[in-house]
Amino acid sequence: MPKDDGIGASVKRREDTRFLTGNGKYTDDINLRGQTYVHFLRSDVAHGRIKGIDASAAEAMDGVLKVFTAADFASAGGIPCGWQVTDRFGNPMQEPKHPILAEGKVRHVGDPICAVVAETYAQARDAAEAIEVDIEELEPVVDMVRALEPDAPKVHDDLTSNLCYDWGFVEDNKAAVNEAFEKAAHVVSLELTNNRLVANPMEPRVAVGDYDPWGDSHTLYTTSQNPHVIRLLMGAFVLNIPEHKLRVVAPDVGGGFGSKIYHYAEEAFCTYAAKVLKRPVKWTSSRSEAFISDAHGRDHKTKIELALDADHNFIALRTETYANMGAYLSTFAPSIPTWLHGTLMAGNYKTPLIYVNVKAVFTNTVPVDAYRGAGRPEATFQIERLVDKAARELGVDPIELRRKNFIKPEEFPYQTPVAVVYDTGNYHATLDKMLELADCAGFEARRAESAARGKLRGFGIAHYIEACGIAPSNLVGQLGARAGLYESASVRVNATGSISVYTGSHSHGQGHETTFAQVVADMIGVDANSIEIHHGDTSNTPMGMGTYGSRSLAVGGSAIVKATNKVIDKAKKIAAHLLEAAPEDIELKDGKFSVAGTDKSVDWSGVTLAAYVPHNYPLEDLEPGLEETAFYDPSNFTYPSGAYGCEIELDPETGKIDILRFIAADDFGNIVNPMIVEGQVHGGLAQGIGQALLENCVYDDQGQLLSGSYMDYAMPRADDVRGFTVDHSCITPCTHNPLGVKGCGEAGAIGSPPAVVNAAIDALHRAGHTHVKHIDMPLTPSRVWAAMNG
Amino acid sequence: MYNFDFVKPSSIADAVAALAGEDAQPLSGGQTLIPSMKARLNAPGTLVSLTGIPELVGVCREGDMLVIGAATTHAQVARDAAADFPGLAALAGQIGDPAVRNRGTIGGSLANNDPSACYPAAALGTGATIVTDRREIGADDYFQGMFTTALEEGEIITAVRFPIPQASAYAKFVQPASRFALTAAFVARFESGVRVAITGASENGVFRWAEAEAALSSDFSADAIAGLACSPDEMIADLHGTAAYRAHLVGVMTRRAVAAAG
Ligand SMILES: Cc1cc2nc3c(=O)[nH]c(=O)nc-3n(C[C@H](O)[C@H](O)[C@H](O)COP(=O)(O)OP(=O)(O)OC[C@H]3O[C@@H](n4cnc5c(N)ncnc54)[C@H](O)[C@@H]3O)c2cc1C
Repeated sequence: MPKDDGIGASVKRREDTRFLTGNGKYTDDINLRGQTYVHFLRSDVAHGRIKGIDASAAEAMDGVLKVFTAADFASAGGIPCGWQVTDRFGNPMQEPKHPILAEGKVRHVGDPICAVVAETYAQARDAAEAIEVDIEELEPVVDMVRALEPDAPKVHDDLTSNLCYDWGFVEDNKAAVNEAFEKAAHVVSLELTNNRLVANPMEPRVAVGDYDPWGDSHTLYTTSQNPHVIRLLMGAFVLNIPEHKLRVVAPDVGGGFGSKIYHYAEEAFCTYAAKVLKRPVKWTSSRSEAFISDAHGRDHKTKIELALDADHNFIALRTETYANMGAYLSTFAPSIPTWLHGTLMAGNYKTPLIYVNVKAVFTNTVPVDAYRGAGRPEATFQIERLVDKAARELGVDPIELRRKNFIKPEEFPYQTPVAVVYDTGNYHATLDKMLELADCAGFEARRAESAARGKLRGFGIAHYIEACGIAPSNLVGQLGARAGLYESASVRVNATGSISVYTGSHSHGQGHETTFAQVVADMIGVDANSIEIHHGDTSNTPMGMGTYGSRSLAVGGSAIVKATNKVIDKAKKIAAHLLEAAPEDIELKDGKFSVAGTDKSVDWSGVTLAAYVPHNYPLEDLEPGLEETAFYDPSNFTYPSGAYGCEIELDPETGKIDILRFIAADDFGNIVNPMIVEGQVHGGLAQGIGQALLENCVYDDQGQLLSGSYMDYAMPRADDVRGFTVDHSCITPCTHNPLGVKGCGEAGAIGSPPAVVNAAIDALHRAGHTHVKHIDMPLTPSRVWAAMNG
Repeated sequence: MYNFDFVKPSSIADAVAALAGEDAQPLSGGQTLIPSMKARLNAPGTLVSLTGIPELVGVCREGDMLVIGAATTHAQVARDAAADFPGLAALAGQIGDPAVRNRGTIGGSLANNDPSACYPAAALGTGATIVTDRREIGADDYFQGMFTTALEEGEIITAVRFPIPQASAYAKFVQPASRFALTAAFVARFESGVRVAITGASENGVFRWAEAEAALSSDFSADAIAGLACSPDEMIADLHGTAAYRAHLVGVMTRRAVAAAG
């Protein structure tokens, strides 16, 4: 009988009790003795030269301790970029300096110019208004295509242009791809935009810097998805603090979605200022500030073309994409439109020839980096919109066109023409499952019912593949990553048998404290309640790379499995000694060690006690204690995939789209906690539907953010996202990690946008609006109405 | 937020006296004023709360009029106007979310006159009377463009007198982010004729759609205005909708309001 708290059980999330009762401990809940507050004076123009700063009046104001400017950071490094992309000519990308506080120029609305530290937050804010900053406004550049024109204003004077890189992938395929297009029976093309988004985690960013002069050591409490990465980047590259003198703590974190991966200037500032002032320094972002200082997501402009032969087999695909980097390179920005996007352009299909061109561009906007899905939603959206368009143009069923070109179950492992090898998958199975749950047979009746009310009903599908569980360190190193991407775990078994697990992953909504305990409980056969998961503090967890890219269970969970196996191996030796048997004969089952074929046994706590009270113990062969650490570096990415179906109703009078049903059939490999997986998919769907219908981060041509608050930035709400049916019964276990898991965090956000847009186009075409080939996201009522009447 | 003084008088006279002070400003539900103060866009020296004045709160029927105290919350209007004036109650029930409805007030909304607010449509759409501490102002004279009203410095709204229509309805198409009105229509049928007020659409704030009023006064049916189009000139254009789209919605929402009013 499976354990009721082990692998496969829908155990309720233990962390929710503290979150739902308001007892979570977030960074803003941390208040240190003698704490001061910083307010950043940020640029209100998109581009300008700083001619002078007069902070004398501000520094004389009540409670003000100091006003910092770039000059105070002369000895510090810039905020580093963690990934170097090499362009298609073999040259490294252009990499501008990203100062902590603006040096000489401001480059986007929100660029921090001065930092005022005072006894209270209100005093700091008041004093900031007394600072006189003389800025000569320069013409900003906001549009990516304009930014690449020779006479465009330059965001960085010391770079040759606003082009960060011009990347070709696979460059050697280019000629063959073009040749295939020449010979193709059909060519289908589409131009589209992947709209810029703001991550908007519920908890805004916070940083508290603390300095201990007696130990010359620093502590940074911060809202991070990866405290070890922050310690490494900030310590080694920005402030020159060795690891043993720098502790980074990311306690409870209220959502990240990518935006809390990066090392931000405010973190370095608080850490540094605490030493200068010998007082703790705290910064809490306001929601308005988050809009202009958290890294944004997406923002691609793409032309994609598909070549097909006479039998409708895909023979080649090529794309040209402009990717917005914003004003500076955020930590992983260059990798998103390249290695996390170009490598996924095969989708679920056997397209033999692919060429992807990406031009990454600097503009006078907030930096852009990974956001839930990161590159893979952009790839999926292009492919799945284009395949749908191809089916329409060829007059064939979009489902059949997909099926025909899918990689078949027996063809795995499958080498794509864009570097990656899919280890396993069964795309036909998820498609069939989704279609079954979608009740396609009943669609016509439902459509007629909508029509009777004057509404248009449509059904759209999308398939996705993603590369998760990031990733083999040696591979990403070759691709330009400046970090490794393994994960770590320490399993500390305590004397009475309880277990403390220290993971390098970080939980900010994913439920690690529950899931990881289930894994260990299942392996040892003890009660999950006797296991505690610790994360988020560099002082007690082994160096780990954190949580993003749906990697926690696949990589972090595998490290825990490895460490737990080491613990079990040693425990078996102890048990063998206690039972006077050979270690090979010891079996562990349901928390009990027994000698195979006998009734001799000792339970788990008997062994753990012996490990720490080693009176009867093989001390000459075995160290006392029971604690093991493991690092796990995967040999490949994992490749979750799935089929999504979306049924919408469109009001032709207003253009408003309502999602009536959304079916997600995912293959996540093995499942540890089905309830948590379902929750992750729901959240991803909400964000994907948000992108498709509601969310849009818009700048005007002067670089002012028009959607800078919830008055204009439309977040999905409960009544926008209903009718979800989530299934994860199609399982092809990952072949290269011990749990056979693939990751589920981003799928919903990756697969849903094209399904929604395909459904809208379907509704319009069924109603005779066949001139509408595409509508750019978000499909606002105004845009839909304009397209219908265009 | 900057520092300010706070007073909470219990009579209209005391409130008016307090408002004569320098930089004094009335505070009602605070749902508009407090956010703008937090964003440091507004810096009153003294806030004079109106919510502690008993005669400013309540919904009361007086003959064929419904009189609503200025400090009455949207939630209370949604509840207490339901029997006498269901069209107005339904409008109040669609403003914001429960927290906003339990704090925000009709007087605050009308004083603010946001071009996308709901109440201005009901006030103009019924020809209501705005009663202040010193005079009575007809709705046709009261609304003077975006965020602009006939109110003088220090003048406070004390009540709103709505003539109760034979039939009425409010049809609101929400702006997806704020859920204020992207374009909404309030339609009211009286013995004397039909009034139609449109909010959310125009750069000049709430307005009456005269052509629709004329058509509906002779035939109160959605079909009667099926062919009517509103000009996109001076309509708001922003990232949520073009001027042409808003002009189109004026027709759609008016027809829906007529259909709902029955
Ligand atoms: C999240 C949210 C959603 C909202 N959604 C909607 C919506 O869908 N539709 C809608 O119409 N509104 C909406 N609102 C606005 C809401 O209805 C406000 O309550 C209203 O606009 C202002 O009323 P108040 O009582 O809060 O006024 P306050 O914020 O207190 O005051 C607003 C202004 O009016 C002045 N004032 C207040 N009372 C008087 C008076 N009696 N005489 C003279 N001047 C006065 C104040 O000095 C201030 O300038 C929303 C607000 C929020 C925060």
